[in-house]
Amino acid sequence: MIEVNDLVKTYGQVRALDGVSFSIRKGEIIGFLGPNGAGKTTTMRIITGYLRPDGGNAVVAGYDVASYPIEVKRRIGYLPEDNPLYMDMQVREYLEFIGEARGLEGSELKESMDRVSEIAGISGVLKRPVGELSRGYRQRVGLAQALLHDPDILILDEPTSGLDPSQIVEIRGLIKELGREKTVVVSTHILPEVSATSSRVIIINKGRIVAEGTIEELERKAEKGETLYAVFRDGRADLERELSSLDFVEDFQLVSVDGDEFKFAIKPRGDEDIREKLFDFAVEHNFKLLEIWRERATLEEVFLQLTTEE
Amino acid sequence: MKGVRAVFRKEFRSYLQSSMGYIYLVVFLVLANWLFLRGFFIVNQLSFRSFFLLMPWLFLLFIPAITMRIWAEERKLGTIEILFTLPLKESQVLIGKFLASLAFLGISLLLTLPLPITGAFLGSPDVGQIVGGYLGALFLGAAYISIGTFASSLTDSQIVAFILGAIICFALFLVGENFVLVTLPPSIASVFRYLGLGSHFDSIARGVIDSRDVIYYLSVIWFFLYLSLRVVEDKR
Repeated sequence: MIEVNDLVKTYGQVRALDGVSFSIRKGEIIGFLGPNGAGKTTTMRIITGYLRPDGGNAVVAGYDVASYPIEVKRRIGYLPEDNPLYMDMQVREYLEFIGEARGLEGSELKESMDRVSEIAGISGVLKRPVGELSRGYRQRVGLAQALLHDPDILILDEPTSGLDPSQIVEIRGLIKELGREKTVVVSTHILPEVSATSSRVIIINKGRIVAEGTIEELERKAEKGETLYAVFRDGRADLERELSSLDFVEDFQLVSVDGDEFKFAIKPRGDEDIREKLFDFAVEHNFKLLEIWRERATLEEVFLQLTTEE
Repeated sequence: MKGVRAVFRKEFRSYLQSSMGYIYLVVFLVLANWLFLRGFFIVNQLSFRSFFLLMPWLFLLFIPAITMRIWAEERKLGTIEILFTLPLKESQVLIGKFLASLAFLGISLLLTLPLPITGAFLGSPDVGQIVGGYLGALFLGAAYISIGTFASSLTDSQIVAFILGAIICFALFLVGENFVLVTLPPSIASVFRYLGLGSHFDSIARGVIDSRDVIYYLSVIWFFLYLSLRVVEDKR
């Protein structure tokens, strides 16, 4: 649905995008993740046809953005960063303008306006000037604007920034709901946002894609990978000798000692789930296994790893 | 066409909705009427020539004030990103905006009609001159609007856009005026006379509609609108 090939964009001396490529399938909800200034907004602006790249191209729904900008813009609903709005227009007038500019007229326009007002929960403020609305309501107006023409693709640049927690939950729910029928790209620098809504994550840093995949894949991919913790009682020396001879253990380490209890961190070989094997091993050798649990690198750790590495 | 209409309606509405729009209108009308009537009874002659000769000077303040927001505000609010991700061509947006300013100018000119109408009751003014005067004012105003639009595209500050617009209009008006022309060698003077906004206005306002003047105004309008479009595109 969206294909981006080797995008390059430079602002003066600063290279904002340095060869960004990815592709997004129909119906996916993509979390577009990166620290501030990583190039998220620039990428989105290129996809929506607002900016022209210095190199590379973007293809949306089969249309090259540079050659067929109008066709692309018809198919995209876009909420730009910081949700710009005409402050002195009434909400209704604003939606009317957007609808007319998108070629909606008469009853069609009216129905569309009713529909998005319902979805975004702004039916009650249609006659109010945008400038008088609270931040949460403005955000809904921005969303309503993006949904008005019922686009196949939604591009939302930091849709929850500046909202309070309950508003954030609301907007996330809305995005998830919309993601059932539409292809959605949500950019954010807030991690929980991604886990809450996305089916796949693309991480960008310093103008380059540093990772992509489902949240699970990314968590597993992290350097730390999966670690198993096990607590045993007694027999430390025997235990250490036997553990090092196991072929499904790549590495292990004594983490802490609490009286006669020893806590080991065990790194399995490969992606295998070795909990059962470890249990059998303990039974076989008569070790007293008290506890066993897995810990994965969280998305947060993955993110930090990927975006702080030099 | 629908795209142009949508932009036009939005822009035109914003003139009538903001209190600024009405303030401009009132100031314009008060100044136009007062400056005209001040001399009207002294001359003791029913001619609207002096009224139309005021226009280039009044427009110098009035028109940059109505055009200063055209791009500067969009850029300041960030709404330019909304505007240019709608399925519209840049030229549609520009033309919609231009026509809305022109319509607002048209309304302000219409509201000065009571003057010549009153004149018609008092005596028999030269109707051809009045029609020519309004037409000339509309052409001149349209040229100012395109210059103001260009000025607005250069900056995201409305004040800067206003001053810049007024300066460019003033300069382009001035180069064709006699007191500038007499200081120049004749060969250059004729070029400057053609380039000046004012000389073309004078001949239309006299009731003489020459295609050269019309072509001149259309070229100026096209030139500055085109320039503003280039600037807006480059500045993204």
